[in-house]
Amino acid sequence: MVVTHQLPLPIIEQKALQIRRQIIKMLAHAGSGHPAGALGMADVFAALYFHILNVDPKNPEWEERDRLILSNGHICPVLYATLAEAGYFPKEELLTLRQIHSRLQGHPHRHSIAGVENTSGPLGQGLSLAAGWALGLKMNHNQSRVFCITSDGEHQEGQTWEAYQFAYKYQLNNLVNIVDRNQIQITDYTKHVMPLEPLKAKIESFGWQTIEVDGHDITQIIAACETARFEQALPTALICHTVPGKGVSFMENKPEWHGKPPDEEQAARALKELSDE
Amino acid sequence: MENTQPTSKLEKMSTRDGFGVGLIQAAAQHDRLVGVCADLAESVRMKQFAIQFPGRFVEVGVAEQNLAGVTAGLALAGKLPVAASYACFHPANSWGVIRTSICYANLPVVLVGGHGGLATGEDGATHQSLEDLALMRVLPNMIVLSPADGEEARQALLAAVNANSPVYIRISKPTVPIHSSPNQFKIGQATQLRKGSSATIIATGLMVSQAMNAADILNNEGISITVINMSTIKPLDEAAIIKAAKKTKAIITVEDHQINGGLGSAVSEVLAEHQLALPFRRMGMKDQFGQSGSTEQLLAHYHLTPRDLAIGIKQLLKR
Repeated sequence: MVVTHQLPLPIIEQKALQIRRQIIKMLAHAGSGHPAGALGMADVFAALYFHILNVDPKNPEWEERDRLILSNGHICPVLYATLAEAGYFPKEELLTLRQIHSRLQGHPHRHSIAGVENTSGPLGQGLSLAAGWALGLKMNHNQSRVFCITSDGEHQEGQTWEAYQFAYKYQLNNLVNIVDRNQIQITDYTKHVMPLEPLKAKIESFGWQTIEVDGHDITQIIAACETARFEQALPTALICHTVPGKGVSFMENKPEWHGKPPDEEQAARALKELSDE
Repeated sequence: MENTQPTSKLEKMSTRDGFGVGLIQAAAQHDRLVGVCADLAESVRMKQFAIQFPGRFVEVGVAEQNLAGVTAGLALAGKLPVAASYACFHPANSWGVIRTSICYANLPVVLVGGHGGLATGEDGATHQSLEDLALMRVLPNMIVLSPADGEEARQALLAAVNANSPVYIRISKPTVPIHSSPNQFKIGQATQLRKGSSATIIATGLMVSQAMNAADILNNEGISITVINMSTIKPLDEAAIIKAAKKTKAIITVEDHQINGGLGSAVSEVLAEHQLALPFRRMGMKDQFGQSGSTEQLLAHYHLTPRDLAIGIKQLLKR
């Protein structure tokens, strides 16, 4: 059975806009959180949940679903907003982000709410988990795919590279690692904190099929994931070049917006730029 | 159940060998079981499993963080992973992954730390894990097991795969007398191996057989000792500790581990919270690292021989 909503491009773009608007509202209301990475990945998440992933929001534990592992848990507002947009839970709940007793924890937790597949926050753990899951699915003769979202910053973690070598060894062609190459991390630009380049060559040297795309071009993202689908042996890394804070001019490409929420006035300005009228 | 046989006549098996036997049995019972290892299959006794079930054996190489992460992923895929390495690497190098990806997510996995304690011997302090029980005991959802002998380790593994929880099992290298009875082991239940009225030794792992020998020594001197095998460190059998505190005049804990954070700490917490004031001592490694040497030499150097335990009991009883 395939239940992917393969929506047309203009609708997916509209979904991405709604996801960005929700992110701003959620973070402004919560008074803490990470806007830049979340906004930067809105197009990727819209492409995933409204075209690429074979999932059923009404049946979140469906055995044949594709799995989405969020490794850099701090961008979870984009995951929550997308899941609500896709119908996993009511959108009204988004404003409970980071509040006591909320199902929307500051970093995502597997058991907290439908659609959240894994617990994450400490960087570097997700690709291992995704690889283990992908191997387990193969052992079970399950055709589902595993998509992992990693940040560029967490490629400074050794465990990420342990997972790359493992996935190559076990020929996990059912695994796609989507790398958010947004060039920033909490302190500064990645090139100043710890240079990652040549990132594509490094990942390729670990044996992975590696594709670079514009992380705001939904057509490119979808095409790359299709290429991954037909790969016979290799796992695929999809380096998505994104603009952190994308869609909000004063947040774009600024490391200081990695982990700081907008205040009321800033949120109003941001929502004006992200107008859906 | 009490074991009245003289120690010298008992069969012997290391906890790692018992684990290896249990793993084959558990694999035959559970199709979902997979073994995950970080380049130490022979020394943690996973090799026979790998030979018999090659399609269910996953080798991650020397990468303990990935070992823990892959284990989490396999559990999420519905597998029942048993992941083993040396305790000085796993959980020592993989603790953060175990904490977040496994314990917080409450995934049913069995983590096995091999070469526990001074008993690792000649490899020296780097490879003698003396902190693993403490590291694992503080984690919510984690069950912590420290079997005393091969038979108990076999049973512990069979219980762990049915626990539907993260479980840590500490195993070690030396061949030890089997004091455990068949079908005895239950998670969370201590075993009283000797009953005596003077004092109680609460021991775990390798130190259980040392405690039995100490009881023999003291028995020859007319001092009768209760020996408790505390093979579950968490959840702790508090009732057994409270009973021992009420029925005997002194308690000693003994472990091949730091006295801080492991068995000794766990028992003292129970005594303190229940206002059980009696002579009490923790024996084990006293905030120190080990060194190279044979197991016997090391236990002698760090005052963990049966004779040291007997002296310790007598000192406590004189208080």
